[in-house]
Amino acid sequence: MNDSVLILTIFAAIGLGTPLVFATVGEILTERSGVLNLGVQGMMLVGAVAGFWATFKTGNVFLGVIAAIVAGAAISLIHGFSSVTLRVSQIVSGLALTIFGTGLSEFIGRAGTPALVGSPSRATFSPILEGGIADWPIVGPLIFGHDVLVYLSWLVVAGASYYLFHTKLGLSLRAVGEDPASADAAGVNVTRYRYAHVVLGGALSGLGGAYFSLVLVPSWQDDLIGGAGWIAIALVIVASWRPWRALFAAYLFGAAGRVNFTLQTLEISAPSNLLAMIPFVLAIVAMLVLTSGKRARLLGAPAALGVPYAREQR
Amino acid sequence: MTLRSESPALDLRGISKAFYGVKANDDVDFELRQGEVHALLGENGAGKSTLCSIIAGLYRPDTGTMHVYGEPAHFRSPKDAFAAGIGMVYQHFRLVNNLTVAENMVLGNADLRMRYSDVDIERQTHEIGNRYGLPVDPQARIWQLSVGEQQRVEILKQLQRNARILILDEPTAVLTPQESDQLFRTVRQMADEGRAVILVSHKLHEIKQVSDRVTVLRHGRRVGEPVATADATPRELAAMMVGHDLVLPTRDPNEHLGDVVLSIQDLRVRNDRGLEAVRGVSLDVRRGEIVGIAGVAGNGQRELAYAIAGLRRPVAGTIALDGVDITGTSVTSRIARGIGYVPQNRLGMGLAPGLTTEENLGLKAYRKPPFSRGPFLVPKTFKDVGAQLIDEYDIRGVRPGLPIRLLSGGNLQKALIAREVTQQHSVLVARSPTRGLDVGATGAVRNLLLRERDGGVGVLLISEDLDELLALSDRLLVLFEGRIVGELTSDEADPARLGLLMAGHVEETA
Ligand SMILES: Nc1ncnc2c1ncn2[C@@H]1O[C@H](COP(=O)(O)OP(=O)(O)O)[C@@H](O)[C@H]1O
Ligand SMILES: [Mg+2]
Repeated sequence: MNDSVLILTIFAAIGLGTPLVFATVGEILTERSGVLNLGVQGMMLVGAVAGFWATFKTGNVFLGVIAAIVAGAAISLIHGFSSVTLRVSQIVSGLALTIFGTGLSEFIGRAGTPALVGSPSRATFSPILEGGIADWPIVGPLIFGHDVLVYLSWLVVAGASYYLFHTKLGLSLRAVGEDPASADAAGVNVTRYRYAHVVLGGALSGLGGAYFSLVLVPSWQDDLIGGAGWIAIALVIVASWRPWRALFAAYLFGAAGRVNFTLQTLEISAPSNLLAMIPFVLAIVAMLVLTSGKRARLLGAPAALGVPYAREQR
Repeated sequence: MTLRSESPALDLRGISKAFYGVKANDDVDFELRQGEVHALLGENGAGKSTLCSIIAGLYRPDTGTMHVYGEPAHFRSPKDAFAAGIGMVYQHFRLVNNLTVAENMVLGNADLRMRYSDVDIERQTHEIGNRYGLPVDPQARIWQLSVGEQQRVEILKQLQRNARILILDEPTAVLTPQESDQLFRTVRQMADEGRAVILVSHKLHEIKQVSDRVTVLRHGRRVGEPVATADATPRELAAMMVGHDLVLPTRDPNEHLGDVVLSIQDLRVRNDRGLEAVRGVSLDVRRGEIVGIAGVAGNGQRELAYAIAGLRRPVAGTIALDGVDITGTSVTSRIARGIGYVPQNRLGMGLAPGLTTEENLGLKAYRKPPFSRGPFLVPKTFKDVGAQLIDEYDIRGVRPGLPIRLLSGGNLQKALIAREVTQQHSVLVARSPTRGLDVGATGAVRNLLLRERDGGVGVLLISEDLDELLALSDRLLVLFEGRIVGELTSDEADPARLGLLMAGHVEETA
């Protein structure tokens, strides 16, 4: 039963969806503060290479994860500074971050001797439980069969959701993204909130990137993550800025990335290049459907998303 | 009179603040005593909001010092001002529309615990509302509330934080007379509790009614010393405010009544929710007359104006201009045919906030020479025509190359009317054209409308301001629940009769 195509597909979808969960929840938190960060792709790549590098040097995957988080957070500061302090166009700044992050990751991948490119990973994460309840029908693989980062991603989702909707900080965060002038007048420090959540988003993107280089692949090569960063940005909209929805949307996209393999198992033939496009096509269609007309507002897009705030400006 | 302590709640000295080189406040001194209601009076653009925003920690002054209850204060943000017991209700409310009343009440409040439950904050909101006789529904989202209710939330928010100094920036601009009276009772109650209140207004009768002292600002500077309200007549205050004696213009009998220019038959128009808001209106406007439409807000005024301007398609009925049916035509073609429209919401509908003043002034004429040649604009025409209009209509605060949204409300309105009036047209529809304007600007706008009438234009004046309607209209129609329930000539019209009609008491015809 546990090796039925359905269970195997869902299990794989959870794995492929996990980096998207981290990055999407991170971007949700950033966008909830009113800052649009199109640099997710760049931040994920930098996180991926940093995580791989630290693991390669130390042999310790946990240090790898920490390095990925720190690296993602660090380069997100570039976007924080240009969009919050300098108030330049967030779109331009975010795209620049993606270009920069991509280049930086490729550079780091080739810089040392031996180069990271082509080296095998010295360690990886494996499922925490083997046998026992992990072999139970259905719930075994789907609930108990994962590595620690999958459980961490569930915690991140639950935590982010609770934070957003049940804490004072979350309330202030939502207010900052909706109407920074009103939040400011109510005594909320808009600049601090925006910086903090840009950095939080960067940290989670970095972590998502490391899931590729430490678990899914696990090795380093240029553009290791495909277009995962862009998918995450689309998923924010699909999830209408809510963490729990992001979890399920990410798994759905994980499953889409797995269609190729599933069809093969079912002995249905289809051109694999076309199948590889499915997640992107799905993302574009979802975005078009969900954001047409006034719907984006109804979905819950923060009203001040992408708009710099300057207190004394009319 | 309650006992007043002598230590000032606020003491500001030499406050100056400039925006883009224009001094919004220039060496202003201001003193606020505990337990007093202190009115801040001044024309649009005099610098009242700027001064209040400085006190509330939103703006930082360029120079000057501030003491709060004797302690020097250097606020870096509104948060610091809250900590010193200062709360402000802004002219443009600072509420987060998508959040509930209760959430707005607790937002940014340092006393709130890290975790909160909706039930708790809703209960608190309810309690404080009842305590001050300002009931609100804590679960409602801000966008669902009327402006009056939103203001209540703003005031409660400050009271809940226990503000000792409360600033109300033009609180009555959005209220009905009844709501204003209720507000003044609350203000009095707060002052009697020992709080100090700054009340910003340019309405003299309100200031007479509720304040203890008055400070007047003009062009960013303080005029004379603060005066005790009881010692000043409205006329004196008005003169201090505008710098000279001022009487608002009123109509002379019209001499050149012409043919019917605008004719509306049995018009029916739906509102945003799809309900019929105009339910069978017929009216004629002749050249050379001002027809006033009186009525309490929300009786179909908006939809009527939209239908005439071409912004909304009526469900039935006809609109004819000079005998030609224009019911189905577009806004552009109506502009071309000579319908001018002065909307109520200036930045939302009439003006493009991000364009310069000159560009806005040419916004309706740019398709034709001399504003454009073929597909190209002619910047020089914009500049010349702009400069001429700015001068002629006394539009103040214009900064070359900077967006028009930086102007104060009165000057925005003057710009809008200047643009509409310079168009060649035969009908002008004006909705509450002087709402929110000070006396000086009101006088200028009234003169413009009268000049239009005397030039042979048919003017439809849709307003909630009875004084204005009575002063300008040759004929008055009363709109109630989408129907015209009465027609009075200027000789028959008086506030009492109008008031009854506006409330839906249809007169018996003899
Ligand atoms: N944030 C701002 N940016 C640019 N100009 C401003 C700003 N705030 C006020 N001003 C200008 O300062 C002057 C005073 O404005 P304000 O204090 O709003 O006047 P009032 O409240 O008395 O109508 C006006 O000329 C206005 O255009
Ligand atoms: Mg003001």
